[in-house]
Amino acid sequence: MIRPLLLALALLGGWELYARAGGVDEFILPAPTEIARALHADRALLWDNFAVTAVEVVLGIAIAVAAGVAFALALHASRSLRRTAYPLLVASQTVPIVIVAPLLVAWLGFDLAPKLAIIGLICFFPVTVTALRGLEAVDPDLRKLMRTLEASRWQTLRRVELPAALPFLLAGARIAVAVAVIGAVLAEQAGSSEGLGHLILQAIPQFETARAYAAVVVLSAFAVALFGALTLAERRLLPWAHQRQGDSQ
Amino acid sequence: MPAKGATTIRPEAAVHTPPGFEAPAAVRLSGVSRAYPTRRGSVAALDGLSLHARPREVVAVVGPSGCGKSTLLELICGLQLPDAGTVESPPAVYMPQRDLLLPWSTALDNAALPLLVARVRRSEARRRARPLFAELGLGGFESAMPHELSGGMRQRVAFLRTLLAGRPVLALDEPFAALDALTRAQAQAWLAGALAREPRTVVLVTHDVEEAVVLGDRVVVLSPRPGRALAELDVALPRPRRRTDPDVVALRERALEALEAAR
Repeated sequence: MIRPLLLALALLGGWELYARAGGVDEFILPAPTEIARALHADRALLWDNFAVTAVEVVLGIAIAVAAGVAFALALHASRSLRRTAYPLLVASQTVPIVIVAPLLVAWLGFDLAPKLAIIGLICFFPVTVTALRGLEAVDPDLRKLMRTLEASRWQTLRRVELPAALPFLLAGARIAVAVAVIGAVLAEQAGSSEGLGHLILQAIPQFETARAYAAVVVLSAFAVALFGALTLAERRLLPWAHQRQGDSQ
Repeated sequence: MPAKGATTIRPEAAVHTPPGFEAPAAVRLSGVSRAYPTRRGSVAALDGLSLHARPREVVAVVGPSGCGKSTLLELICGLQLPDAGTVESPPAVYMPQRDLLLPWSTALDNAALPLLVARVRRSEARRRARPLFAELGLGGFESAMPHELSGGMRQRVAFLRTLLAGRPVLALDEPFAALDALTRAQAQAWLAGALAREPRTVVLVTHDVEEAVVLGDRVVVLSPRPGRALAELDVALPRPRRRTDPDVVALRERALEALEAAR
């Protein structure tokens, strides 16, 4: 706990010195103390815009998890769908979201919908891939056992595959958290009148660089908090995923 | 069971009796061959294997590794079909080498899994599984999670799960191979005890000749791949048997000789 803190302090100190020494213009790189001042002075503005972005991120991840699980189940159930659609899913991930963002805004307007679509699109991939991996991580011998018990496909899914996939799914959701925040900023910059992404876009031409950086600090803190909450939820809800199996493994 | 076919004959009577009350029945494999395609052509796992188990008989199958022992069990369980020959077996339940308990379920619910799969209500399934825990020395561990149990206890829970499937035939795939020597001896004792109380037709695959002689009514020695039955030894010894009994030791030596001769 102490060492990462010291490292962070050292980095911040170096940054402060560099900024104060006039290495670059303060409109390009504000000093940490300036950012702290902006965090305090603009707290009402930051809070209002944060509330907007937070709702987008949480709903976007929820949509991505629901859609990702559904898609993973479909790919798991159908080998031919998997052969057909999986390569397309991978290819779709290489399309930079900045290219499709304006299109989604044109289709869906300036409300919540295009933001959720963009965040959902970005988060969909890690969720689907990890959930599918989890569904297939079941021991083949366990599948044989279920077959000799004459378990139906649905029973095997419910009693074995779904619980086994849960830790994988949560790992996917944790990856999704990090990319969802970036997705929210991109979505807001593509067309929005509120949110932290919008605030950043506005602050820079107004030479309020410290405010933009303050917004980034808020976004990072939010992502870390979400990540931590998911880790905590996993430890609480899936304690077995953290215990080593007995000596028979 | 998707792998049913003309070669797997299952008496209707056995299929329709309620779980837990099926009479033990016979298993018969006649001239069974099974090969697997690989990149370097087809590899025969079994070649003209004939083997039978009378009702309530424990047949221990020993053989060198890779002699098609697991294939044999999967054929009996209907998980595979033979390329040639016939397999006759009433419904059999498979017990894998590793316990494969579900880590998110209690020991009781793990044992009751076959009942839950058979759509027995959870409370009723637990009520039926509970008394068996004391019989296998697991009393008090009903609500323990699998990671809280020792390897030997986990294997006992896995065996209860196998018993509660209520099938007349048990297909045991090296059930104690993962246990240390001391725990394994204890496990063999409780298996013998449980089968004495509740007889089933058992096909037990093992690479441990001693285990085969201690547990089996008959020991079948398989050849290296492709597996064929090389020798059959009747184990007409009283139970419980101990590894150090002179008769057990003598039979073990005979089985080992048959195995050696196969190399």
